[in-house]
Amino acid sequence: MRALIVDDSRAMRRIVGRILVDAGFEILEAGDGQEALDVLAAQGGDLPVLACVDWNMPVMDGLTFITQVRKQVEWRSITLMMVTTESEQDRIVRALAAGAHEYLIKPFTGDALVEKLDLLGLLPTTVGDHS
Amino acid sequence: MTIGHEAFTFVRELVRAESAIVLEPGKEYLVESRLVPLARQGGHKDVDAFVAELSTRRNPAAMRLVVEALTTNETSWFRDTDPFTALRQTVFPALAKTRSKREIRVWAAACSSGQEPYSILMTAQDTPELSGWKVDMLATDLSLEMLERARKGEYSQLEVNRGLPATTLVRHFERLGLGWRISPALAAQVQFRQLNLMRPFPAMGKFDVIFLRNVLIYFDLATKRDILRRVRQVLAPDGHLFLGAAEMTMGVDDAWERVPAGRSSVYRIREEQRTCVP
Repeated sequence: MRALIVDDSRAMRRIVGRILVDAGFEILEAGDGQEALDVLAAQGGDLPVLACVDWNMPVMDGLTFITQVRKQVEWRSITLMMVTTESEQDRIVRALAAGAHEYLIKPFTGDALVEKLDLLGLLPTTVGDHS
Repeated sequence: MTIGHEAFTFVRELVRAESAIVLEPGKEYLVESRLVPLARQGGHKDVDAFVAELSTRRNPAAMRLVVEALTTNETSWFRDTDPFTALRQTVFPALAKTRSKREIRVWAAACSSGQEPYSILMTAQDTPELSGWKVDMLATDLSLEMLERARKGEYSQLEVNRGLPATTLVRHFERLGLGWRISPALAAQVQFRQLNLMRPFPAMGKFDVIFLRNVLIYFDLATKRDILRRVRQVLAPDGHLFLGAAEMTMGVDDAWERVPAGRSSVYRIREEQRTCVP
């Protein structure tokens, strides 16, 4: 399984990446929403199952990215999770309405991310030791 | 450094007497880490010094704090997921068919900081069969500090990240400063009360569902048996008991049978035991 991490902070991509690798994912990375759209387009039919998306990024923000992904029928299988410091209720509602499946607020622990993957059904049962 | 043998023995006996939780040798690190904040607050140089003073002065308030500090409270929303799926898909629909009063009673017997009773109520609201029903929820815990937290229903950002779907968060919580607060409508449905599981239960009627998860593991066999026997007396004959994934009734109190419920399992009083409640 592959996951795309979209965040303009390299440190944050590394943190999220490490947790996802431990959970059994291979990682793709992008530094903003436009770069992430380009990465997806370059994958052809071999799409990542998950994208973890920051909200505030240069060039194209995370909400716009999610809206763009949801416009493409062939990308419908991708599970989208916002991973952001934006924590106001109306922000969460907007992201969910735009098509995000989950929303993880920074700061978070590794366990919290793994639990979100579990909620999304993206946790291989063989990698279930997070209790 | 870890806590000395004498201090550990004192704390072990104190906790055993007050809560029946057994701290086996090897749990020194746990005692040490839980008591460090209390020792610091009291201005002691380490946990040994704090416990030494406690054992001579026997200050009841300080002793209660020690017992509370060692009553575990690790918890998350919809902890382990499967029991809550079983509630929504199996247990609640079954109760909806057999209860004529459109009311069910649930007891969360070790509610800690409140995530469990609130998770149960949210699950009830997501169960179509219970639409329009009243859920009467009693939540109890040994720790007054935990009960106070649960009653307030205020959680940090880190706490709402644990196991809570984003859709549920925006539906059942409101923003409060840097954290979140459970919706008043949900909080009003829970009655919080202090209860020590090792003492006789107060009069509280019968429950349709009891959550007694991840608490029996801390008791010795005789206490486990006694608690399960008394739980049988407050569970409706066709009621459902949830235990933690690592807990079971087998070999402890065989009046129970384990019944699969989705990917989880629940415990029910055996048919032949239902009429002869001791």
